[in-house]
Amino acid sequence: MNRSTRWLVPTLYILFLLLPIYWLVSMSFKTTNEILGGFSLFPQEFTIENYVAIFTDATWYMGYVNSLIYVSMNTVLSVAVALPAAYAFSRYRFIGDKHLFFWLLTNRMAPPAVFALPFFQLYSAVGLFDTHIAVALAHTLFNIPLAVWILEGFMSGVPKELDETAYIDGHSFWSFFLKIFVPTIAAGVGVAMFFCFMFSWVELLLAKTLTAVEAKPIAATMTRTASTSGYELGLLAAAGTLTIVPGAFVIYFVRNYIAKGFAVGRV
Amino acid sequence: MNKTTNQKAWLFVLPVVALVAFNAVIPLMTVVNYSVQETFDDNTFFWAGVIWFQQVLTSERFLDALLRQMAFTFTILAIEMPLGVAIALCMPRKGPWVSVCLVLMALPLLIPWNVVGAMWNIFALPDIGLLGQLLNNLGFDYNFTRQPGDAWFTLILMDVWHWTSLVVLLAYAGLSSIPDAYYQAARIDGASAWAILRHIQLPKLRRVLTIALLLRFMDSFMIYTEPFVLTGGGPGNSTTLLSIDLVKIALGQFDLGPAAAMSIIYFLIILALSWVFYTVMTREDGQQGEPR
Repeated sequence: MNRSTRWLVPTLYILFLLLPIYWLVSMSFKTTNEILGGFSLFPQEFTIENYVAIFTDATWYMGYVNSLIYVSMNTVLSVAVALPAAYAFSRYRFIGDKHLFFWLLTNRMAPPAVFALPFFQLYSAVGLFDTHIAVALAHTLFNIPLAVWILEGFMSGVPKELDETAYIDGHSFWSFFLKIFVPTIAAGVGVAMFFCFMFSWVELLLAKTLTAVEAKPIAATMTRTASTSGYELGLLAAAGTLTIVPGAFVIYFVRNYIAKGFAVGRV
Repeated sequence: MNKTTNQKAWLFVLPVVALVAFNAVIPLMTVVNYSVQETFDDNTFFWAGVIWFQQVLTSERFLDALLRQMAFTFTILAIEMPLGVAIALCMPRKGPWVSVCLVLMALPLLIPWNVVGAMWNIFALPDIGLLGQLLNNLGFDYNFTRQPGDAWFTLILMDVWHWTSLVVLLAYAGLSSIPDAYYQAARIDGASAWAILRHIQLPKLRRVLTIALLLRFMDSFMIYTEPFVLTGGGPGNSTTLLSIDLVKIALGQFDLGPAAAMSIIYFLIILALSWVFYTVMTREDGQQGEPR
């Protein structure tokens, strides 16, 4: 393709990406009557009622709080346990290391639909049903393998001399690991946290299965509204629009590292 | 990197193993248990052998869902992989537009899956949706809630919208890691754009594209929420993919035995196909001496 027309391709693609998002946002500013009354490209009677409804109703805004709580717990937990494991995989050879790595990755291949029912029974049995911890723990199933995979890639890029020099300088292992090594791969930790946040934030099937009232995620609140109170499309659109906001923030902060994330992980 | 042998490294992986085992082994064993037992009432179980597996593997319903799943996965792979690479090739290499492009493109990846489904539902509704209105005004008789063909078209368009960016990001990361010297050498040789793509860019992209293909394959094979919210598996059963069917059987009809057998078959299919992709795509690495 010609150099001067090249920019057209990404531009058209981005336009295509933004169209459905525009439609969602525009619908969130319409009244229910207008939405059902017929087709209109822009909101005719601009209203923020839908957003007011969400921010004044605890069942709505608690959904966001619940989601953010379990997503944060999951992100911290996944990365915290993945760090030493990834270090072991990148630095040491030990019995069963390759099999273990592959077994971890196979969990990324398990369809959540397969685990929905057994998860419900397992977490009910240990008394964690309908808690944030349950969802955070359940999501480690696919986030820990991913975090180990990404971090191992970043760690393998750090020369081993760094470790050896630190020991000669008299650092203990943990002081080296926490004060020197982790800061060295800070970018990798950021990328791993980004992907953990992402996959935990967007997952619904398990989150919905493991919660009822107390820890119900926002996405599940939306499904309920869609089915019980008929067709409150404006409200649904406003709630949907608000779920895009945290993601957009996170992307903005890690924009320079997103692309790197998977690229350095080993296959 | 030279690795030292150290069995104490197991201590480092122990927390990961414990957590993942809790989440993976116990539920998986539950599924295995159900798959070989017959249940009456609440808690009486009888050994049933492999009848559930036989029943699932010979049922037309499962084979149809599997066929639809395959058709869906291979269609979106055939569209998303080349499209993603093409877009990455056309993206600017440096300058302020790079960040803008990356942020905007990553946006769909961060939207909860049921919101993606709901968003596309209201976007495609024939009477009040932008896409529906547009297509109908252009003279197409478009209604994704009634016509299976339209439902498939919407489903595939939605997945392309949702996930092509992942391929773009990965391909872009791979492209930026190619040193400038390669391009200079190609220019001196008078290589055409096609030759550069064929002999420099694609070989260099092999590793990231393997990751992209594997991830897209696994995730599209497990897809549940988006099609469930968009079409509910309808009209009829026309967009009932494997996961949707599985949840219908397990949670809807509470047929634990067949659902469990189906789960295991389903998981094994993904494992087997992932392994095939992985071996095929990494096999030639050694022969070409491509450094990692």
